Formats: sequence, structure tokens, C-alpha cells
Amino acid sequence: MKVLVPVKRVIDYNVKVRVKADGSGVDLANVKMSMNPFDEIAVEEAIRLKEAGKADEIVAVSIGVKQAQETLRTALAMGADRAILVEAADDVSTDIEPLAVAKILKGIVDEEQPGLVLCGKQAIDNDMNATGQMLAALLGWAQGTFASEVDVDGEAAVVTREVDGGLQTIKVKLPAVLTVDLRLNEPRYASLPNIMKAKKKPLDTKTPADYGVDVAPRLEVLKTSEPEARKAGVIVGSVDELVAKLKDEAGVL
Amino acid sequence: MAVLLLAEVTNGELALDATAKAVTAAAQLGDVTALCAGASAAAAGEAAAKIDGVARVLVAEGPELGHRLAEATADLIVSLAGDYDHIVAPATTDAKNILPRVAALLDVMVISDITAVVDAETFERPIYAGNAIQTVKSRDPKKVISIRTSTFDAAGEGGPAPVETIGAGAGSELSAWVEDKVAASDRPELTSAGVVVSGGRGVGSEEDFKMIEALADKLGAAVGASRAAVDSGYAPNDWQVGQTGKVVAPELYIAIGISGAIQHLAGMKDSKVIVAINKDEEAPIFQVADYGLVADLFQAVPELTEKL
Ligand SMILES: Cc1cc2nc3c(=O)[nH]c(=O)nc-3n(C[C@H](O)[C@H](O)[C@H](O)COP(=O)(O)OP(=O)(O)OC[C@H]3O[C@@H](n4cnc5c(N)ncnc54)[C@H](O)[C@@H]3O)c2cc1C
Ligand SMILES: Nc1ncnc2c1ncn2[C@@H]1O[C@H](COP(=O)(O)O)[C@@H](O)[C@H]1O
Repeated sequence: MKVLVPVKRVIDYNVKVRVKADGSGVDLANVKMSMNPFDEIAVEEAIRLKEAGKADEIVAVSIGVKQAQETLRTALAMGADRAILVEAADDVSTDIEPLAVAKILKGIVDEEQPGLVLCGKQAIDNDMNATGQMLAALLGWAQGTFASEVDVDGEAAVVTREVDGGLQTIKVKLPAVLTVDLRLNEPRYASLPNIMKAKKKPLDTKTPADYGVDVAPRLEVLKTSEPEARKAGVIVGSVDELVAKLKDEAGVL
Repeated sequence: MAVLLLAEVTNGELALDATAKAVTAAAQLGDVTALCAGASAAAAGEAAAKIDGVARVLVAEGPELGHRLAEATADLIVSLAGDYDHIVAPATTDAKNILPRVAALLDVMVISDITAVVDAETFERPIYAGNAIQTVKSRDPKKVISIRTSTFDAAGEGGPAPVETIGAGAGSELSAWVEDKVAASDRPELTSAGVVVSGGRGVGSEEDFKMIEALADKLGAAVGASRAAVDSGYAPNDWQVGQTGKVVAPELYIAIGISGAIQHLAGMKDSKVIVAINKDEEAPIFQVADYGLVADLFQAVPELTEKL
């Protein structure tokens, strides 16, 4: 079985995000970019499936600017076999919407015929949490979202999902799209020899037109602003003072 | 304009708070029809009919719709979509599972987790873990939207609106339910509680988390946790507050042994009053706290519980 893993290049989760003063977006010039943390977990899961003899090839895909090549090289260094870069934008601040990403991924699925697509649950930049579900819809496949446990077995996968009430386990028919949550696994670091080897692994470059997809956004971003800042608080000296403040000043007790 | 709202129905019961908060946002868009779908949904339909702002209720009941599986529920919503300009739901894990599927089937872009309605096609939504707020205008003929409940007040009682029973749709063979692992609790629900007491990695063990729970029970509060506390096995996953957990905005949020990473703040910084107890005076949580106590939680928390 072939496994397809879409990986997104996003601002590193440790970087403090700055909103541009003119409201045109978030400052992405000269900030550290990394693979979306959920996607590292998806890559790791694919590698474990391969190590367990359940997958035979892992294809990593990224859609965005040409610098997303670095993200794909990271996936290759972790253990993906080959990569596809779909160059869909020139400007690093252009975010391709999940619907367009899902349409491009559908084109790739039609060509590659994987048995499983492993997406991240959510991209930490746009916080959409949508692409995997949209891809499953376009393919007419089952979806298993927010997975914290995955057991792939022949024709089906048993997926434990993190939901509001606790955990839900479902069985999905394969092929399927799964989206992975943070507790599924601990992704490995790429070793130096593997980083060197990854440079020689195949990386194809495509465009949205190759899949007949129009990436024009459906949501026009009118402005991007800073959230309201909270007023500075006070440090209290004791539990007694805290209780008094909560009663008398805040009136919440 | 006509709005179809997917009510939150779990095991036949309406999640009133989440649904009523979504109704407040949806009513700004037009006449609200609430859809209650599930293996059993009639009782939920009766309850939804009594929310102020709900003009009509549709009840779709059948085993095909049990356990809120995305494929069957999305197909049902798409079959109804023709009559509506907006399809909305409270941004629960169910809605996040189902609505993007609906949107793709309708060839429109989903608008996730909105925090404000500007007009019928313009919405605000947080991005980058709440570090920025984007105002977006949809160019799509239909809008599919999930609503962040923590920023809207719950609609009151009204109606009752008329309730109509509709077919459940064809169901789907693609997925099947296996089991739910849900811990029963007498505590208030995290996303609707007036007070939330959360513990982080600083609490140190599942045993010591009992201390957090005792404080919560003294206050009639819900219990929350940081991701580190959940990952370490001190607390179950459904207690996680943050960018990838639950978003809460109670009257009072008490963060204990939590450093205040942006991913955690994303889930609680809109709380009315924030208290932080942490032994590290440099902890970033103090930057959002109204009241900070620099102390060892193993002393401060039992003392606080006793003095309340
Ligand atoms: C993609 C992504 C998504 C994430 N989503 C979330 C999310 O939804 N929610 C979330 O919470 N995190 C999330 N995180 C994790 C987040 O980045 C932090 O790692 C996490 O919030 C840290 O949890 P913590 O504050 O409990 O632990 P730590 O950062 O380890 O802090 C522990 C704190 O306890 C204090 N402490 C220790 N002992 C004591 C004592 N005896 N008395 C008093 N204080 C004490 C310490 O001073 C410290 O400040 C996410 C991370 C990523 C990458
Ligand atoms: N531009 C992209 N390139 C590759 N994968 C993507 C892209 N956008 C989204 N994805 C995948 O879809 C997941 C969810 O993203 P989102 O729906 O944007 O929150 C991510 O974790 C990735 O696995």
C-alpha cells in the first residue's frame, strides 16, 4: 500500500507572530518556518506503517511556494521515499485555501492511487482544520479525523479519535483519509546521514494547472488585526490576599 | 436569508449551551432552522424548538445517523442545502469533522471557528493560535460556517418553534462506529462552566491532580488541563484547553502550574478574570493574569481550597 502525506510549511510554532501594522497580514519575512507539527506526526505514522510492513511507499506532498521544498526534504530525511512539490504561489504570504489544496491533492490521489492519506488535523497558521475532511469528500472516501490511535489492517483502519466527550473509536473502509492529532506518536528527528540521503531522493515539481485546479481564494481577507490585549494584572502576596481580591475587587466568588 | 444550523446532539440529547450560543450568531444571518440528527433525535428536537431565535426544527432520526459519523451526516446536510444560504454549527469536534466535508461537497470554502459576524458574508476568525484576527468575506454562493461558542452568549428560551420530521437519508457504508470512551462526571461541562480550574505539568502526577479537582469541586468548577498535563497522563484528553483543545471563556479561570505557552493561551485568554499560580515569577502566564500568585502550588492550592 502506498501512503500519501501532505505536509505544509508554516511559521515555526515557537515564533512570536507579529501582525503587520497596516492590517495586511502577518509578518513572514525572515521568520523561522518549519513543517506543521501535526504533519510531522503524520509522516512519522506513515514511516511506522512502512516499518511494520503495512505500507510499501511513502509520498510526501506540499503545496505552496518553492521554499516548501525544504519541508519536503525534511519529510524525505525522516523516511518518506519521494516528494511532490506543487508550486502554487510566488509570495510567501499567500496561503492556499484548504478547498484548493484538497482539489490538488485529489488530482495527485487520482494519479498515485494511495491506499491511505495521512493529513495533519490542523495547520497552525490558518487554524482551519478542514483539508483532510474536504479531500475525503472530493474522493468519496471515508474519513477518520483527530486520530490518536490508528490500526491499519487489510481492508480497513480502526481509528481512535479525540472528541469533545473523550475518545471515539470508528472503523473506516480503505482507501481513506485520516487526520492525525498530537498524541498519535512522537515524531523522530532526521539523522545527519538521512538528511544527506534525502538530497538524492526524487522530488517532482508540478503546478496547480497540471491538475486543472484554480487556486483563487474564495475567502477575501479584508484585514488582519491584533487581538485586544489584556490589561496588566497584579501580583498578590498571599492566598488570603488572592481570596480577598477575588471576592471584593473582581466579584467572582 | 435562510440558515440551517446543525444542532449538537450527542446520544439523543441536545447540547443546549453550545447550540444556543450558535443560535445567537446564526440569528444575525437570517431565519434559523435547527437540524437535529441522530439515531434518536426527537427529544433533542423538542429542546431545540424552545431556543429563542429558532424558527423551525427538522428532526432526522435513524440508525444510519447514529454516533455522528461524518459521511452520513454530511450527505444528509447536503441533501437539504438547496433551501439555505448559510449552513452553520457550533465549532465542536463534531462540526469540525462534518462541516468541511459538507463544504467540499458543495464546492465552497468552509469558514472555521468564527468569533464575530460582520454581515451575512463577512466574518472574523482567529488565526495563528489567536495571535491575529482575520476579517474574511466569502465569495461563495453558500456559506458553511462553524461558530466559536465561547464568544457568543447563549440565546434564551422562546418558541416553541414547529418541529418537522424528515427522512434520515441513505446512510453510508464507509465508516462504522466501534466504541465511545466517555468518562461520566458530575462537574459542569468545560466549555459552558462559569469557573474553570486547570492544572499543568507543574502538578506533577495524576495523584496530585486530585488537588486541582478538589479546588474545582469547592468552586463548582469544571476541570481543565494543559497539553503537557494530558500528554503526561495526569488528565484525560477532553480536559485539554488550547489551540488544539477546547476554547473556554468563563467568568473565572484559575491556571495552576501552567507556564502559559501561546497554544494554551489560545484556549483561555478571553476569560473574564484569570488567576495564575506558578512558582516561576517569569512564567508568561502572568502576562495575561489579572491576579498572579508566585508560590509553590503544593502549598497554595490546598490553602486556597480550605479558605474558600
Ligand atoms: C501544534 C501544537 C499545539 C498545541 N496545542 C496545545 C493546546 O491546545 N493546549 C496546551 O495547553 N498546549 C498546547 N501545546 C503545547 C504548548 O506549546 C506547551 O508545551 C504546553 O502548554 C505546556 O504545558 P504546561 O504549561 O503545563 O507545562 P510547562 O511549560 O512545563 O510548565 C509547567 C509550569 O509549572 C510550573 N511549576 C512547576 N512546579 C510547580 C510548583 N510546585 N508550583 C507552582 N508552579 C510549578 C513551572 O514554573 C512551569 O511554569 C501545543 C503545542 C503544539 C506544538
Ligand atoms: N498547502 C498545503 N500543502 C500540503 N499539505 C497541506 C497544505 N494545506 C493543508 N495541508 C494538509 O492539511 C492539514 C490540515 O490543514 P488545514 O485544513 O489548513 O488546517 C495539514 O496538517 C496538512 O496535512
